[in-house]
Amino acid sequence: MAGNIMLEVVTPDKAVVSEEAQIVVAPGEYGEFGVLIGHTSFLTTLKIGMLRYKDSGGAERIVFVNGGFAEVLPDKVTILAESADRRRDIDMDRAKAALKRAEERLAEVSRREDFNFRRAEIALQRAVTRIKIGEARRGTA
Amino acid sequence: MATLKEVELKIKGVKKTQKITKAMNMVAASKLRGAQEKMEAFRPYAAKFADVLSSLAERAGGDEENAPALLVPRAEVKNIDVVLMSSDRGLCGSFNSNLIGKFDKYMKEKAAEGIEIRLICIGKKGRDYFRRRKVSIVGEHLGVVGARFGFNVAINAGRGLIDGFLEGETDEVQMIYSSFVSMSRQTPIIQQLLPITSVEQAQDAPEKEDTGYIAEHICEPSVEELMAEMLPKQVYVQIYKGLLETSTSEHASRMAAMDNATKNCKEMVESLTLAYNKARQAGITADLMDIVGGAEALKG
Repeated sequence: MAGNIMLEVVTPDKAVVSEEAQIVVAPGEYGEFGVLIGHTSFLTTLKIGMLRYKDSGGAERIVFVNGGFAEVLPDKVTILAESADRRRDIDMDRAKAALKRAEERLAEVSRREDFNFRRAEIALQRAVTRIKIGEARRGTA
Repeated sequence: MATLKEVELKIKGVKKTQKITKAMNMVAASKLRGAQEKMEAFRPYAAKFADVLSSLAERAGGDEENAPALLVPRAEVKNIDVVLMSSDRGLCGSFNSNLIGKFDKYMKEKAAEGIEIRLICIGKKGRDYFRRRKVSIVGEHLGVVGARFGFNVAINAGRGLIDGFLEGETDEVQMIYSSFVSMSRQTPIIQQLLPITSVEQAQDAPEKEDTGYIAEHICEPSVEELMAEMLPKQVYVQIYKGLLETSTSEHASRMAAMDNATKNCKEMVESLTLAYNKARQAGITADLMDIVGGAEALKG
Protein backbone atom coordinates (compact mmCIF):
# COMPACT_ATOMS: atom_id res chain seq x y z
CA MET A 1 0.00 0.00 0.00
CA ALA A 2 1.43 3.32 -0.97
CA GLY A 3 1.17 6.51 1.02
CA ASN A 4 2.52 8.10 4.13
CA ILE A 5 1.95 7.24 7.73
CA MET A 6 1.33 9.88 10.37
CA LEU A 7 4.03 10.05 13.02
CA GLU A 8 3.59 11.72 16.36
CA VAL A 9 6.15 11.89 19.13
CA VAL A 10 4.77 13.36 22.33
CA THR A 11 6.47 14.05 25.65
CA PRO A 12 5.02 15.64 28.78
CA ASP A 13 6.65 18.92 27.77
CA LYS A 14 5.78 19.19 24.13
CA ALA A 15 4.87 17.48 20.91
CA VAL A 16 8.30 16.81 19.44
CA VAL A 17 7.28 15.50 16.04
CA SER A 18 3.99 15.64 14.24
CA GLU A 19 4.32 14.99 10.54
CA GLU A 20 3.86 12.47 7.79
CA ALA A 21 6.52 9.87 7.19
CA GLN A 22 7.20 7.33 4.48
CA ILE A 23 8.69 4.86 6.93
CA VAL A 24 9.30 4.80 10.66
CA VAL A 25 11.90 2.65 12.41
CA ALA A 26 11.64 2.55 16.20
CA PRO A 27 13.71 0.89 18.96
CA GLY A 28 11.24 -1.63 20.37
CA GLU A 29 11.81 -3.56 23.56
CA TYR A 30 12.39 -6.72 21.52
CA GLY A 31 14.39 -5.11 18.76
CA GLU A 32 14.02 -2.45 16.15
CA PHE A 33 10.90 -2.52 14.08
CA GLY A 34 9.94 -0.74 10.90
CA VAL A 35 6.47 0.55 10.17
CA LEU A 36 4.92 1.36 6.84
CA ILE A 37 1.39 2.44 6.20
CA GLY A 38 -1.11 -0.37 6.69
CA HIS A 39 0.82 -1.99 9.53
CA THR A 40 -1.16 -4.18 11.92
CA SER A 41 -2.02 -2.26 15.06
CA PHE A 42 0.18 -3.03 17.97
CA LEU A 43 1.47 -1.64 21.17
CA THR A 44 4.97 -1.98 22.57
CA THR A 45 7.42 -0.52 25.01
CA LEU A 46 10.51 1.18 23.67
CA LYS A 47 14.14 1.13 24.70
CA ILE A 48 16.34 4.17 24.98
CA GLY A 49 17.50 4.59 21.44
CA MET A 50 17.00 6.28 18.15
CA LEU A 51 13.84 6.61 16.19
CA ARG A 52 14.41 7.01 12.48
CA TYR A 53 11.94 8.06 9.86
CA LYS A 54 11.81 9.37 6.33
CA ASP A 55 9.71 12.48 6.03
CA SER A 56 7.34 13.03 3.14
CA GLY A 57 10.20 14.47 1.08
CA GLY A 58 12.31 11.37 1.64
CA ALA A 59 14.88 12.99 3.92
CA GLU A 60 16.00 10.86 6.82
CA ARG A 61 15.29 12.23 10.29
CA ILE A 62 16.57 10.95 13.58
CA VAL A 63 15.00 11.48 17.00
CA PHE A 64 16.39 10.42 20.34
CA VAL A 65 13.74 8.69 22.49
CA ASN A 66 14.11 8.04 26.17
CA GLY A 67 12.06 4.85 26.46
CA GLY A 68 8.31 5.01 26.53
CA PHE A 69 5.67 3.37 24.36
CA ALA A 70 4.70 3.16 20.76
CA GLU A 71 1.19 2.68 19.59
CA VAL A 72 1.01 1.61 15.97
CA LEU A 73 -2.19 1.91 13.98
CA PRO A 74 -2.57 1.25 10.25
CA ASP A 75 -2.30 4.96 9.48
CA LYS A 76 -0.59 6.39 12.52
CA VAL A 77 2.32 5.86 14.88
CA THR A 78 2.23 7.52 18.27
CA ILE A 79 5.30 7.53 20.48
CA LEU A 80 4.85 8.43 24.13
CA ALA A 81 8.23 9.11 25.66
CA GLU A 82 9.33 10.76 28.86
CA SER A 83 11.68 12.82 26.80
CA ALA A 84 12.70 13.00 23.18
CA ASP A 85 14.91 15.27 21.08
CA ARG A 86 15.27 15.74 17.39
CA ARG A 87 18.89 15.37 16.41
CA ARG A 88 19.34 19.08 15.79
CA ASP A 89 18.02 19.81 19.29
CA ILE A 90 20.45 17.56 21.09
CA ASP A 91 22.66 19.55 23.40
CA MET A 92 26.03 17.87 22.92
CA ASP A 93 27.72 19.65 25.80
CA ARG A 94 25.00 18.62 28.15
CA ALA A 95 25.08 15.05 26.91
CA LYS A 96 28.83 14.90 27.34
CA ALA A 97 28.58 16.30 30.84
CA ALA A 98 25.89 13.72 31.63
CA LEU A 99 28.13 10.99 30.27
CA LYS A 100 30.96 12.07 32.50
CA ARG A 101 28.70 12.25 35.53
CA ALA A 102 27.28 8.82 34.85
CA GLU A 103 30.74 7.31 34.43
CA GLU A 104 31.94 8.81 37.68
CA ARG A 105 28.91 7.52 39.49
CA LEU A 106 29.32 4.07 38.05
CA ALA A 107 32.90 4.03 39.26
CA GLU A 108 31.79 4.97 42.76
CA VAL A 109 28.77 2.75 43.18
CA SER A 110 29.41 -0.89 43.74
CA ARG A 111 27.14 -3.45 42.23
CA ARG A 112 25.62 -4.27 45.58
CA GLU A 113 23.69 -1.06 45.70
CA ASP A 114 21.85 -2.12 42.63
CA PHE A 115 19.24 0.66 42.61
CA ASN A 116 21.74 3.46 42.18
CA PHE A 117 23.76 1.33 39.87
CA ARG A 118 20.77 0.81 37.62
CA ARG A 119 20.05 4.50 37.58
CA ALA A 120 23.59 5.43 36.68
CA GLU A 121 23.59 2.76 34.03
CA ILE A 122 20.43 4.12 32.47
CA ALA A 123 21.82 7.65 32.60
CA LEU A 124 24.94 6.42 30.90
CA GLN A 125 22.95 4.72 28.21
CA ARG A 126 20.94 7.87 27.61
CA ALA A 127 24.04 10.00 27.31
CA VAL A 128 25.82 7.57 24.99
CA THR A 129 22.81 7.30 22.72
CA ARG A 130 22.36 11.05 22.59
CA ILE A 131 26.00 11.57 21.70
CA LYS A 132 25.90 8.85 19.10
CA ILE A 133 22.90 10.42 17.43
CA GLY A 134 24.34 13.89 17.71
CA GLU A 135 27.60 12.90 16.09
CA ALA A 136 26.22 10.76 13.29
CA ARG A 137 26.25 12.79 10.13
CA ARG A 138 26.04 16.22 11.68
CA GLY A 139 24.38 18.90 9.68
CA THR A 140 21.28 17.03 8.71
CA ALA A 141 18.44 16.88 11.16
CA MET B 1 -5.33 64.43 64.58
CA ALA B 2 -2.45 63.56 62.27
CA THR B 3 -0.13 66.34 61.40
CA LEU B 4 0.51 67.34 57.82
CA LYS B 5 3.98 65.82 57.81
CA GLU B 6 2.72 62.49 59.06
CA VAL B 7 0.02 62.22 56.44
CA GLU B 8 2.46 63.15 53.71
CA LEU B 9 4.86 60.41 54.77
CA LYS B 10 2.06 57.90 54.90
CA ILE B 11 0.98 58.76 51.35
CA LYS B 12 4.53 58.30 50.11
CA GLY B 13 4.77 54.95 51.82
CA VAL B 14 1.51 53.66 50.40
CA LYS B 15 2.51 54.76 46.92
CA LYS B 16 5.71 52.77 47.20
CA THR B 17 3.79 49.70 48.31
CA GLN B 18 1.51 50.16 45.36
CA LYS B 19 4.48 50.11 43.01
CA ILE B 20 5.67 46.84 44.49
CA THR B 21 2.29 45.13 44.33
CA LYS B 22 1.86 46.32 40.77
CA ALA B 23 5.21 44.83 39.81
CA MET B 24 4.40 41.56 41.56
CA ASN B 25 1.13 41.44 39.71
CA MET B 26 2.91 41.74 36.41
CA VAL B 27 5.52 39.13 37.29
CA ALA B 28 2.77 36.73 38.32
CA ALA B 29 0.93 37.41 35.08
CA SER B 30 3.92 36.50 32.97
CA LYS B 31 4.67 33.39 35.03
CA LEU B 32 1.03 32.43 34.75
CA ARG B 33 1.27 32.54 31.00
CA GLY B 34 4.26 30.22 31.08
CA ALA B 35 2.51 27.81 33.43
CA GLN B 36 -0.59 27.76 31.27
CA GLU B 37 1.44 27.00 28.19
CA LYS B 38 3.06 24.12 30.01
CA MET B 39 -0.34 22.78 30.96
CA GLU B 40 -1.44 23.08 27.38
CA ALA B 41 1.67 21.25 26.17
CA PHE B 42 1.05 18.37 28.55
CA ARG B 43 -2.50 17.77 27.39
CA PRO B 44 -1.76 15.69 24.25
CA TYR B 45 0.51 13.39 26.22
CA ALA B 46 -1.99 12.95 29.02
CA ALA B 47 -4.86 12.33 26.63
CA LYS B 48 -2.96 9.76 24.62
CA PHE B 49 -1.67 8.08 27.72
CA ALA B 50 -5.16 7.78 29.17
CA ASP B 51 -6.37 6.41 25.88
CA VAL B 52 -3.78 3.66 25.71
CA LEU B 53 -4.03 2.79 29.38
CA SER B 54 -7.79 2.52 29.43
CA SER B 55 -7.81 0.26 26.41
CA LEU B 56 -5.16 -1.91 28.02
CA ALA B 57 -7.12 -2.03 31.23
CA GLU B 58 -10.17 -3.11 29.31
CA ARG B 59 -8.27 -6.03 27.90
CA ALA B 60 -6.56 -6.97 31.12
CA GLY B 61 -9.82 -6.59 33.02
CA GLY B 62 -11.81 -9.57 34.16
CA ASP B 63 -8.74 -11.25 35.49
CA GLU B 64 -9.43 -10.21 39.06
CA GLU B 65 -7.07 -12.66 40.71
CA ASN B 66 -3.93 -11.59 38.94
CA ALA B 67 -4.69 -7.88 38.86
CA PRO B 68 -1.55 -5.78 39.40
CA ALA B 69 -0.98 -4.82 43.02
CA LEU B 70 -1.25 -1.13 42.21
CA LEU B 71 -4.88 -1.59 41.28
CA VAL B 72 -6.07 -3.66 44.23
CA PRO B 73 -7.72 -1.81 47.11
CA ARG B 74 -6.65 -3.00 50.55
CA ALA B 75 -9.27 -4.82 52.59
CA GLU B 76 -8.39 -2.76 55.62
CA VAL B 77 -7.08 0.76 55.41
CA LYS B 78 -4.96 1.70 58.40
CA ASN B 79 -2.41 4.10 57.01
CA ILE B 80 -2.85 6.76 54.39
CA ASP B 81 -0.18 8.85 52.79
CA VAL B 82 -1.30 12.23 51.62
CA VAL B 83 0.59 14.34 49.12
CA LEU B 84 -0.14 17.96 49.84
CA MET B 85 0.79 20.52 47.26
CA SER B 86 1.20 24.14 48.23
CA SER B 87 3.31 27.05 47.13
CA ASP B 88 6.80 27.87 48.31
CA ARG B 89 6.06 31.54 48.59
CA GLY B 90 3.32 33.59 50.14
CA LEU B 91 1.42 36.69 49.09
CA CYS B 92 -1.04 34.73 47.04
CA GLY B 93 -4.29 35.29 48.84
CA SER B 94 -6.13 32.34 50.28
CA PHE B 95 -4.37 29.88 47.98
CA ASN B 96 -2.36 28.05 50.63
CA SER B 97 -4.92 28.27 53.38
CA ASN B 98 -7.49 26.63 51.10
CA LEU B 99 -5.18 23.71 50.45
CA ILE B 100 -4.13 23.44 54.06
CA GLY B 101 -7.74 23.63 55.17
CA LYS B 102 -8.65 20.81 52.84
CA PHE B 103 -5.99 18.59 54.32
CA ASP B 104 -6.82 19.58 57.88
CA LYS B 105 -10.42 18.56 57.39
CA TYR B 106 -9.46 15.33 55.71
CA MET B 107 -7.02 14.49 58.46
CA LYS B 108 -9.62 15.07 61.18
CA GLU B 109 -12.16 12.88 59.39
CA LYS B 110 -9.67 10.07 59.03
CA ALA B 111 -8.34 10.45 62.55
CA ALA B 112 -11.89 9.93 63.80
CA GLU B 113 -11.87 6.61 61.98
CA GLY B 114 -8.58 5.71 63.62
CA ILE B 115 -6.51 5.95 60.48
CA GLU B 116 -2.91 7.08 60.63
CA ILE B 117 -2.04 9.85 58.24
CA ARG B 118 1.41 10.62 56.93
CA LEU B 119 2.12 13.70 54.95
CA ILE B 120 4.30 14.27 51.93
CA CYS B 121 4.65 17.96 51.26
CA ILE B 122 5.33 19.43 47.90
CA GLY B 123 5.77 23.09 48.66
CA LYS B 124 7.11 24.97 51.62
CA LYS B 125 4.00 26.63 52.97
CA GLY B 126 2.16 23.40 53.66
CA ARG B 127 5.24 21.86 55.20
CA ASP B 128 5.89 24.79 57.53
CA TYR B 129 2.29 24.84 58.69
CA PHE B 130 2.10 21.17 59.56
CA ARG B 131 5.59 20.88 60.92
CA ARG B 132 4.61 23.35 63.58
CA ARG B 133 1.58 21.21 64.31
CA LYS B 134 3.55 18.00 64.70
CA VAL B 135 1.99 16.09 61.85
CA SER B 136 4.26 13.31 60.71
CA ILE B 137 5.87 14.48 57.49
CA VAL B 138 7.65 11.70 55.68
CA GLY B 139 8.72 13.47 52.55
CA GLU B 140 9.13 16.93 51.17
CA HIS B 141 9.90 18.40 47.80
CA LEU B 142 10.63 22.10 47.79
CA GLY B 143 11.33 24.50 45.00
CA VAL B 144 8.92 22.79 42.64
CA VAL B 145 5.52 24.44 42.64
CA GLY B 146 5.57 27.78 40.92
CA ALA B 147 9.07 27.25 39.54
CA ARG B 148 10.36 25.48 36.49
CA PHE B 149 10.16 21.76 36.91
CA GLY B 150 10.25 18.75 34.67
CA PHE B 151 8.58 15.41 34.54
CA ASN B 152 11.34 13.84 36.67
CA VAL B 153 10.05 15.64 39.73
CA ALA B 154 6.82 13.71 39.39
CA ILE B 155 8.76 10.50 38.84
CA ASN B 156 10.90 11.03 41.92
CA ALA B 157 7.94 11.83 44.10
CA GLY B 158 5.85 9.04 42.64
CA ARG B 159 8.48 6.36 43.00
CA GLY B 160 8.63 6.84 46.74
CA LEU B 161 4.87 6.65 47.01
CA ILE B 162 4.65 3.48 44.99
CA ASP B 163 7.40 1.81 46.99
CA GLY B 164 5.66 2.71 50.22
CA PHE B 165 2.42 1.29 48.93
CA LEU B 166 3.90 -1.93 47.63
CA GLU B 167 5.88 -2.54 50.80
CA GLY B 168 2.72 -2.17 52.82
CA GLU B 169 3.79 0.93 54.74
CA THR B 170 0.67 2.60 53.54
CA ASP B 171 -2.67 1.35 52.28
CA GLU B 172 -3.78 4.33 50.29
CA VAL B 173 -2.23 7.42 48.76
CA GLN B 174 -4.21 10.59 48.25
CA MET B 175 -3.14 13.81 46.61
CA ILE B 176 -4.38 17.29 47.40
CA TYR B 177 -3.78 19.84 44.72
CA SER B 178 -5.31 23.03 43.49
CA SER B 179 -7.34 22.66 40.36
CA PHE B 180 -7.15 25.54 37.96
CA VAL B 181 -10.79 26.11 37.07
CA SER B 182 -10.47 29.60 35.71
CA MET B 183 -8.48 32.76 36.25
CA SER B 184 -10.68 33.70 39.16
CA ARG B 185 -11.38 30.26 40.56
CA GLN B 186 -8.98 27.66 41.90
CA THR B 187 -10.39 24.85 43.97
CA PRO B 188 -8.51 22.44 46.18
CA ILE B 189 -9.17 18.88 45.04
CA ILE B 190 -8.45 15.60 46.70
CA GLN B 191 -7.67 12.72 44.42
CA GLN B 192 -6.73 9.13 45.02
CA LEU B 193 -3.38 8.14 43.57
CA LEU B 194 -3.06 4.61 44.92
CA PRO B 195 -4.51 2.11 44.56
CA ILE B 196 -5.24 3.35 41.08
CA THR B 197 -8.98 3.67 40.83
CA SER B 198 -10.77 2.59 37.73
CA VAL B 199 -8.43 3.82 35.06
CA GLU B 200 -11.08 5.25 32.81
CA GLN B 201 -12.55 7.35 35.56
CA ALA B 202 -9.25 8.72 36.71
CA GLN B 203 -8.95 10.80 33.57
CA ASP B 204 -11.11 13.75 32.79
CA ALA B 205 -12.73 12.97 29.48
CA PRO B 206 -10.02 11.29 27.47
CA GLU B 207 -10.44 11.55 23.75
CA LYS B 208 -12.72 8.71 22.84
CA GLU B 209 -12.68 9.22 19.12
CA ASP B 210 -11.58 5.91 17.72
CA THR B 211 -11.23 3.31 20.40
CA GLY B 212 -12.85 0.56 18.37
CA TYR B 213 -9.62 -0.66 16.85
CA ILE B 214 -7.80 -1.20 20.06
CA ALA B 215 -9.34 -4.56 20.83
CA GLU B 216 -7.22 -6.06 18.07
CA HIS B 217 -3.89 -4.60 19.16
CA ILE B 218 -1.00 -6.96 19.27
CA CYS B 219 0.86 -6.30 22.46
CA GLU B 220 4.55 -6.74 22.85
CA PRO B 221 5.51 -7.72 25.53
CA SER B 222 2.28 -9.14 26.99
CA VAL B 223 -0.65 -7.04 28.15
CA GLU B 224 0.33 -7.74 31.76
CA GLU B 225 3.87 -6.54 31.24
CA LEU B 226 2.71 -3.44 29.47
CA MET B 227 0.34 -2.74 32.33
CA ALA B 228 3.17 -3.19 34.80
CA GLU B 229 5.13 -0.58 32.85
CA MET B 230 2.29 1.83 32.48
CA LEU B 231 0.66 1.80 35.90
CA PRO B 232 3.49 3.53 37.74
CA LYS B 233 3.58 6.04 34.92
CA GLN B 234 -0.10 6.67 35.45
CA VAL B 235 0.80 7.79 38.98
CA TYR B 236 3.55 10.06 37.66
CA VAL B 237 1.20 11.51 35.08
CA GLN B 238 -1.34 12.29 37.78
CA ILE B 239 1.25 13.91 40.01
CA TYR B 240 2.65 15.93 37.15
CA LYS B 241 -0.81 17.11 36.24
CA GLY B 242 -1.40 18.08 39.86
CA LEU B 243 1.86 20.00 39.91
CA LEU B 244 1.05 21.86 36.73
CA GLU B 245 -2.41 22.78 37.91
CA THR B 246 -1.17 23.85 41.33
CA SER B 247 1.54 26.02 39.81
CA THR B 248 -0.86 27.68 37.46
CA SER B 249 -3.31 28.23 40.30
CA GLU B 250 -0.62 29.75 42.46
CA HIS B 251 0.28 32.34 39.86
CA ALA B 252 -3.35 33.11 39.08
CA SER B 253 -4.11 33.52 42.72
CA ARG B 254 -1.09 35.72 43.35
CA MET B 255 -2.04 37.82 40.38
CA ALA B 256 -5.53 38.35 41.77
CA ALA B 257 -4.22 39.07 45.27
CA MET B 258 -1.74 41.62 43.97
CA ASP B 259 -4.36 43.22 41.79
CA ASN B 260 -6.53 43.66 44.85
CA ALA B 261 -3.67 45.03 46.86
CA THR B 262 -2.91 47.57 44.15
CA LYS B 263 -6.55 48.67 44.14
CA ASN B 264 -6.57 48.98 47.91
CA CYS B 265 -3.43 51.08 47.77
CA LYS B 266 -5.08 53.39 45.30
CA GLU B 267 -8.12 53.83 47.50
CA MET B 268 -5.94 54.47 50.49
CA VAL B 269 -3.92 57.10 48.67
CA GLU B 270 -7.15 58.82 47.71
CA SER B 271 -8.55 58.91 51.22
CA LEU B 272 -5.20 59.98 52.66
CA THR B 273 -4.92 62.79 50.13
CA LEU B 274 -8.36 63.96 51.20
CA ALA B 275 -7.28 63.92 54.84
CA TYR B 276 -4.07 65.73 53.89
CA ASN B 277 -5.95 68.48 52.06
CA LYS B 278 -8.40 68.86 54.91
CA ALA B 279 -5.60 69.20 57.43
CA ARG B 280 -3.82 71.69 55.21
CA GLN B 281 -6.99 73.78 54.83
CA ALA B 282 -7.61 73.64 58.57
CA GLY B 283 -4.07 74.92 59.13
CA ILE B 284 -4.55 77.82 56.76
CA THR B 285 -7.86 78.75 58.36
CA ALA B 286 -6.28 78.67 61.81
CA ASP B 287 -3.38 80.86 60.66
CA LEU B 288 -5.78 83.38 59.11
CA MET B 289 -7.81 83.52 62.32
CA ASP B 290 -4.61 84.26 64.23
CA ILE B 291 -3.63 87.07 61.88
CA VAL B 292 -7.09 88.58 61.90
CA GLY B 293 -7.27 88.26 65.70
CA GLY B 294 -3.84 89.88 66.09
CA ALA B 295 -4.74 92.77 63.81
CA GLU B 296 -8.00 93.37 65.73
CA ALA B 297 -6.12 93.39 69.02
CA LEU B 298 -3.59 95.98 67.75
CA LYS B 299 -6.37 98.19 66.47
CA GLY B 300 -8.32 98.08 69.76
